[in-house]
Amino acid sequence: MHFRSSSEIGTLCFLRERLTVNENIFDWAFALSLLPKLLDALIITVTATVMGMALAMLLGLLWAVLKKSKQPVMYWMATTIVEFFRSTPLLVQVYFLFYVLPDAGLRLTPFQTGVLALGIHYSAYLAEVYRAGIESVPKAQWEAAEALNFSKGHTFKAIILPQALPPIIPALGNYLIAMFKDTPMLSAITVLELLQTAKIIGAETFRYTEPLTLVGILFLILSLISARMIRFMEKRYGY
Amino acid sequence: MTEIFSWLPILLSGVKTTVLLTVGAALIACPMALIFGLARLSSHPSLYLPSACYIEIFRGTSALVQLFWFYYVLPHFGWKLDAFSAGVLVLGLNIGAYGAEVVRGAVQAVPREQYEAAQALSFSRQQTMTRIILPQAFVAMLPPAGNLMIELLKSTALVSMITLSELTFKGQILRASTLKSTEIFTITLLIYFLLSLCISGAVRKLERYVSYAKG
Repeated sequence: MHFRSSSEIGTLCFLRERLTVNENIFDWAFALSLLPKLLDALIITVTATVMGMALAMLLGLLWAVLKKSKQPVMYWMATTIVEFFRSTPLLVQVYFLFYVLPDAGLRLTPFQTGVLALGIHYSAYLAEVYRAGIESVPKAQWEAAEALNFSKGHTFKAIILPQALPPIIPALGNYLIAMFKDTPMLSAITVLELLQTAKIIGAETFRYTEPLTLVGILFLILSLISARMIRFMEKRYGY
Repeated sequence: MTEIFSWLPILLSGVKTTVLLTVGAALIACPMALIFGLARLSSHPSLYLPSACYIEIFRGTSALVQLFWFYYVLPHFGWKLDAFSAGVLVLGLNIGAYGAEVVRGAVQAVPREQYEAAQALSFSRQQTMTRIILPQAFVAMLPPAGNLMIELLKSTALVSMITLSELTFKGQILRASTLKSTEIFTITLLIYFLLSLCISGAVRKLERYVSYAKG
């Protein structure tokens, strides 16, 4: 950060003093001491996001392909699943998996449950993204592949997907950021991500201001950086 | 099976809070979206800078973090909010920020010629906006605004984490007392699904009405 004039630095110093002196509303030294812990938690948050996204991309593709199916049962099933996942809260889905999977005999760690929930929830959004991408490929491409005696699966893999994927990269990026911002919900099932760590720090020290503010700032910085990167990719791959 | 009927009144009292939260937050979100979406388009820094800050801050941080911040940190600054008002305020501001981008996109999508034509007919800038641009932008805003309403309904579940007893919270309480997780969470999810269907149905009706009125 650079400042235009010394008076601005003066104002900032004044504000900082006001904030520290005034009943210790924001303790800078304390906030700084929390950073290592929060950065550790940030790694968990980012790992959950990346793994959730990988799962969502696979499942989303599955729904998109099923929705293209000519069999009404398949189509109907995929459409219902996508609609249902999209229009119910992620938090309740997280609870559902967290409490129901063990009853069904599947023991997962809270982290794995969280990744599964994120992946399933966002797969419904990605299905629509894939559909838009697949539909953006001209029909003639299918016909040309058929004329060249390609099988249906082969056409999809070798002709359609390579053309459908680049235009949807920015949309995928937007959902990646959205998922990143939804990871705090995993704190509800005790995953030690950013928000949960901040809550624990707050409970231990009786100070919520610094940890919660820092978490907010970390989210803001990372989303702004990734949004920039997506805008760059939009220029490169966009329609 | 009969158990389910004994749970329903408890869950439905949660639905009432959920609906109130959704409506309250929507009442904050709509004016915020309109004001800040238009201010974002202004060429005047004293208008677009604050609105850019508002939009980036509320879109860039997580809704749940905002909720915790408003509920646990604001009291330190002398502003005490109960769980319901914190929920309504945060969700309203959060969805309002997304809505501002919808408004901005819709207004920008109105073709340039419309401005030129209005100018040629010597409309004032205000008249151009209220009579020509906004009515056209409104039609384009409806579908994404409908999606945001569903997002809003879904995010009301977050308010359960600051102890407001809405639908998700009631579900949690029932689960703790009966341990029937599968049934209770399935019903909870189905109720949310029905509420979303109501919203998307209403929006579709409104869309049809508006495009009919537009001719």
